[in-house]
Amino acid sequence: MSDTATKAPAPSSGIKLPSTLSHIVGDLGKNGIFLALIAVVVLFSITTNGILLRPQNISNLIVQNGYILILAIGMVLVIVAGHIDLSVGSIAAFIGAFSGVLIRDAGFPWWLAIIGALVIGAVVGAWQGFWIAYVGIPAFIVTLAGMLIFRGLALITLGNSNIGSFPEEYRALGNGFISFAGPDAAIDFFTLAVGGLAIIALIVQQVRTRNGRKKYGQAVDPTVWFVAKMAFVTVGVGAFTYALASFKGIPVTLIVLAVLVMIYGIVANRTVFGRHIYAIGGNRHAAELSGVKTRSVDFWLFVNMGILAALAGLVFTARLNLAGPKAGDGFELEAISAAFIGGAAVQGGIGTISGAIIGGLIIGVLNNGMSIMGIGIEWQQAVKGLVLLLAVAFDVYNKRRAGGGSGR
Amino acid sequence: MTQNILEMRSITKTFPGVKALSDVTLEVARGEVHAICGENGAGKSTLMKVLSGVYPHGTYEGDIVFENETVEFRDIRDSEAKGIVIIHQELALSPYLSIAENIFLNNEVKGPLGLIDWNRTNQEAKKLLARVGLDEDPVTRILDIGVGKQQLVEIAKALSKEVKLLILDEPTAALNDSDSDHLLDLILHLKGQGITSIIISHKLNEIKKIADSVTVIRDGKTIETIQHKDVSEDRIIKGMVGRDLEHRYPDHTPHIGEEVLRVEKWTAHHPQDSSRVMVDNVDLTVHAGEIVGIAGLMGAGRTEFAMSLFGHSYGSRISGKVFKRGKEIKTRTVDEAIQNGIAYATEDRKMYGLNLIEDIKRNISMASLRKLVSFGLVNDNEEYKVANEYRQSMNIKSPTVLQRTGQLSGGNQQKVVLSKWIYSDPEVLILDEPTRGIDVGAKYEIYTIINRLASEGKAIIVISSELPELLGICDRIYALSEGRITGQMPVADATPEALLKLMTLEKQR
Repeated sequence: MSDTATKAPAPSSGIKLPSTLSHIVGDLGKNGIFLALIAVVVLFSITTNGILLRPQNISNLIVQNGYILILAIGMVLVIVAGHIDLSVGSIAAFIGAFSGVLIRDAGFPWWLAIIGALVIGAVVGAWQGFWIAYVGIPAFIVTLAGMLIFRGLALITLGNSNIGSFPEEYRALGNGFISFAGPDAAIDFFTLAVGGLAIIALIVQQVRTRNGRKKYGQAVDPTVWFVAKMAFVTVGVGAFTYALASFKGIPVTLIVLAVLVMIYGIVANRTVFGRHIYAIGGNRHAAELSGVKTRSVDFWLFVNMGILAALAGLVFTARLNLAGPKAGDGFELEAISAAFIGGAAVQGGIGTISGAIIGGLIIGVLNNGMSIMGIGIEWQQAVKGLVLLLAVAFDVYNKRRAGGGSGR
Repeated sequence: MTQNILEMRSITKTFPGVKALSDVTLEVARGEVHAICGENGAGKSTLMKVLSGVYPHGTYEGDIVFENETVEFRDIRDSEAKGIVIIHQELALSPYLSIAENIFLNNEVKGPLGLIDWNRTNQEAKKLLARVGLDEDPVTRILDIGVGKQQLVEIAKALSKEVKLLILDEPTAALNDSDSDHLLDLILHLKGQGITSIIISHKLNEIKKIADSVTVIRDGKTIETIQHKDVSEDRIIKGMVGRDLEHRYPDHTPHIGEEVLRVEKWTAHHPQDSSRVMVDNVDLTVHAGEIVGIAGLMGAGRTEFAMSLFGHSYGSRISGKVFKRGKEIKTRTVDEAIQNGIAYATEDRKMYGLNLIEDIKRNISMASLRKLVSFGLVNDNEEYKVANEYRQSMNIKSPTVLQRTGQLSGGNQQKVVLSKWIYSDPEVLILDEPTRGIDVGAKYEIYTIINRLASEGKAIIVISSELPELLGICDRIYALSEGRITGQMPVADATPEALLKLMTLEKQR
């Protein structure tokens, strides 16, 4: 008869609050990273006199950071499994160059070049996955080597020159917009319609999840708070959509990203493969002894990272309409920062796709806001480094205070 | 001398939402061995952390009087400066450093220039090792000596700090019998040199053997302090669980059915040194509804046998045959073993059994996620429901299944591990040290669960280093020595003496 029943942690204890309010406080505490994003946005809206929130800039924010966010999705999974990938920037450069060669020299149509590039990305990932999973070399070393190898291959592929001028369909990946309004229209109703549908889909999904949980007797947000959150989502997505609609429409990059976030969110939380990633990161031995094929999971994780790195390379090349030797420089560090700012644990086992996306957006807003303010690149670097440090320190402090914390 | 070296008066320690200690009083006489008993989660470790300054003064209420002086420790260095040294259950030694380096870590023997004087370091270490009766070269690396010797190094380290009050938290939990005996003798020997000891232990026979007095703690409160002459296991258990435990082991009437598992000539070699035979031609059978024990000393190959059988998780050059209900099966990977209805609950649940940063729910579903998949996706509502059912049926004490397993007590963690394996719906359950490091009450619950599983027709193998436990719950017991089965007997014929004889039977050379 152990006495742990008496230790039932009551998160609200200590502070006397009505239960709804204390629930909200707890919920906000768990989503501190989201509040941080809002704080950064508010801060830079003020310091840039509102330029940050202009429609064109909002659209730019997404397009400029799209490739980092794509990398962050793969990176957070790699980090959750207890690994790291330093090679993604070089892979992106290599794949960008490779796709250029396919189109310019081999005469591939744009779509075949994209498919070919993704396949090569998978092969590159399989190469690294093989050394990590089956030979047992730490990912840090394998991908450090990969960083050099694929940067070298990128330079070799380019042969001391840039490859420029890609087909328009290819460029759309980084620069394209979907819009049905004429160039003179003030607002694109198609974009608004898509935004509206997205809001409805989000709310329907949230309500279904909530009802499902209630049916199984699980604790859910109090109704007031749930409605408030949904209202916030509606306003947020609505305002965002309005901004896009009054600029050029929906960026293709955003569509790519939205699809990836949806798919990977499900993969991480609802598939056996995703669960196994978390199990491995939390305790590799225990996962192994529970029947998880840890090597196979590690391998496919890096194959996946290779594909996403390839995709990021394509988006970046498409955006610049140029495959150059410096492409992808430092991408790996921004993607890793995004994952950690988004709450991933250095030891593995903890981290979310949405957290990584928000982390990436924080970095994006910092970049963008400081650029608008005319702050030099040297200070931008320093500030970003400091933000990464503080974000992780805050996370560590929070967990210590919570005495281990409770769940994700 | 009846004077007290230590008095902890009315100690109350509160964590957010939890009162871990309430009004606890502890008096330790100078020069005695004082045992503290209590179930896991009763507050023993918290009390010791208050005493050693891990929880600094000001974070608790009450007074600590050490050597007639009220002390207010800010951290563990403060308490060590006064001569209070705590040796934790998980040893705090650095594996790649030498014995001497570990002993003088953060207390280095320095020469005139402030540089470390290695000759004197090793010389002093040698003297300290002699005091604890450890015959090892001080330059030997920690990872090259066994856990029993490591424990002695910890004590030598304490002696180097001129310890007056030595606190040992579960010192023999990971030791075999002879190492335990040596350690207990050493504690008595140190007592002769005037060192007072506090020993936290689950092992009541040990306490009876060495303690001058015993303080029993339950639910964060002092129940009583018993003097040596009045110490009895029954009285301690009664104090710990708050009721009489008439039977330490629940009754169990076996209904033994057909043979479920038969292992033939199972052999496994050491994973690194493949010339060393660790499991040697083991033949073993288990029937439905039967609880079979494996008795063996440390290093006899008990865990090695179980893990090599379970998906070849241990060893190299594994050979032998496995039959389930007469049909040969393969168990080359863990997944294959699970698919074939075998489950293995590890002896080290924190290292190999649980994902401690994950919640109860996801730990329970870990080995059988496939059962929860519909349309390619894990149904997390169903998962919650399943976990909740196990929480209730296994009596896992937690407010919800969303609590992290790292926050649970040992007994509750073990119930999560068992839930995980029961949910995988095995026909054969191998339980390796199922009650290690958990308290008396929770042990009883685990035994009850084991009985229930047997009566449901599962074939169960229990590996344990506690002979009374095997004798208490098994129907038949195998003895293992140097990787070989040296005999088996039905529990009715088994005695500790007979088993020990088989367990120590050496190979004829």
